[in-house]
Amino acid sequence: MNEAIHPPIDPNEGYVTEDGRRIGGVVMEMKHITLRFGGVEAIKDISFDIREGEIRAIIGPNGAGKSSMLNVISGFYNPQEGEVWYKGQIRKPMKPFQVARQGIARTFQNIALFEGMSVLDNVMTGRLNHMKASFLDQGFWWGKAQREEVENREKAEQIIDFLEIQAIRKTPVGRLPYGLKKRVELARALAAEPQILLLDEPMAGMNVEEKEDMSRFILDVNDEFGTTIVLIEHDMGVVMDLSDRVVVMDYGKKIGDGTPDEVRNNQEVIDAYLGVSHD
Amino acid sequence: MPDQLIWAMEVTLNGLMTGVMYALVALGFVLIFKASGIFNYAQGVMALFAAMTLVGIQEGRIPFAHLINEIFGTEIHHFGWHVPALLAILLTVVVMIGFAWAVQRFIFKHLVGQEPIILFMATIGLAYFLEGVSDLMWGSEIRTLDVGLPQGINGWIDNTTFDVFGYGFFIDNLDISASIVAAILVAGLILYSQYTKNGRAMRAVADDHQAALSVGISLNYVWVLVWSLAGIVALVAGIMWGSKSGVQFSLSLIALKALPVLMLGGFTSIPGAIVGGLIIGVGEALFEFAIGPMIGGATENWFAYVLALVFLVFRPQGLFGEKIIERV
Repeated sequence: MNEAIHPPIDPNEGYVTEDGRRIGGVVMEMKHITLRFGGVEAIKDISFDIREGEIRAIIGPNGAGKSSMLNVISGFYNPQEGEVWYKGQIRKPMKPFQVARQGIARTFQNIALFEGMSVLDNVMTGRLNHMKASFLDQGFWWGKAQREEVENREKAEQIIDFLEIQAIRKTPVGRLPYGLKKRVELARALAAEPQILLLDEPMAGMNVEEKEDMSRFILDVNDEFGTTIVLIEHDMGVVMDLSDRVVVMDYGKKIGDGTPDEVRNNQEVIDAYLGVSHD
Repeated sequence: MPDQLIWAMEVTLNGLMTGVMYALVALGFVLIFKASGIFNYAQGVMALFAAMTLVGIQEGRIPFAHLINEIFGTEIHHFGWHVPALLAILLTVVVMIGFAWAVQRFIFKHLVGQEPIILFMATIGLAYFLEGVSDLMWGSEIRTLDVGLPQGINGWIDNTTFDVFGYGFFIDNLDISASIVAAILVAGLILYSQYTKNGRAMRAVADDHQAALSVGISLNYVWVLVWSLAGIVALVAGIMWGSKSGVQFSLSLIALKALPVLMLGGFTSIPGAIVGGLIIGVGEALFEFAIGPMIGGATENWFAYVLALVFLVFRPQGLFGEKIIERV
């Protein structure tokens, strides 16, 4: 009975969704993560997994610890307890740049772009980890450095095309409106060709039209590049439409995990969203 | 043409070239300040240290000779060889990169996230420490530095201006070569920061640390890189000033001349450092030429600071600095 909405999960095998996308095995697993700031527990003993190629949402009321969770995945916070497993191996505590080099890209809730640089330059910084030219090559701009610059420039232009921001390629990011900045940030993250893409409230503060555009891009990225996406979002409608599976957090604890339908009918989730008091 | 005007032209030309030298020193400050928010008080001492090291290597001196002799009772001072200028410069660059690494590893790595004033104090400590190290390594005598740059009056300019104005301009060959080298260095730095991986990483770190981390840039690596570049700029400044007036302690004081340049050009702008340097160079030369004799001369000592103060009052971010916007 359950199988209709929830395909059997075998960590080594995937399944095919109704709309024909292939979901693979588990690529990342969080095991009993606990994160404290002084005496405050932002995350309490949370475990969940992320499958290759899926869109995995983390939802919850304000202050539930969603962003903290994303920061744990991207290495900005190191949890006091628990393990992060990536591609079948336990990940030792890492600096954010090391996580990024493992193929995990992210965007920020409050947008962290290089304001003084052009859109193209911002997207090019996303390519940095694909450039291997030596110190000397770069200093004299010969051989590998020159070749790489051209190759990566092409790749950056493709991403810019894909996200339909050609018209503003040369504009300094500081001058762009909010909605476009969000899109440039997505472009920079995508330029890294990540295995996992972390999006922290990609649609916060957007109007309906911008939200529709962003949803379309997220689906397209997932569909076309097969990128695994983990996203945090407030807008329940958007989350339910986009995601394959949803983790629900409240007060640092996990209160639900499953397909959108399962989560929607979960009593604890309903309580959290309607604001039943915690005794 | 009246004599006064012709002299003023000569003074302006010389001022421009002094300005280039100021710009060179200011450039070292800007590089580090942009990428890490550290105002590096030690930039001047770095120039002194670099020049001392260059002379030491060139003349085949044994580093820490005094210390070694003291401990082992020996009497050694020279290796007995002479290193060609170009090779000596390359070796000094290696030393400066090592210095950059050590500074990052032993000082600023432990001060990440501290208040700017604490970072500033650390650089003051670094300045005096480095001065001591420089003394210990190479001694404190005045040394002459010669890397083969042309010196003395430029005959061609002298003759040409004499033909045109009936008065030959005195322009030092050393100043001309310094200007050319500085121009190449600046152009190179700009191209490097625009079109290479590391350059882009540098600009990214200067702009936003968090975002830089998220695209996989190691802050530590970039900071070593900018300190290395600042070290190379210090070396170039050290060579130019050292060839002109000898390698000695006063070389480290040119850093103080870079301060008004920075106030004028803005602490975060490479073009600003250059334009600021030129304005100060020309400004103080012309002021000394026109007003100096009336008030007893030596106006170069303070004019730059007065100009900078006027700027601070009316445009605190400098000519090219990032605009200070206060949100309420």
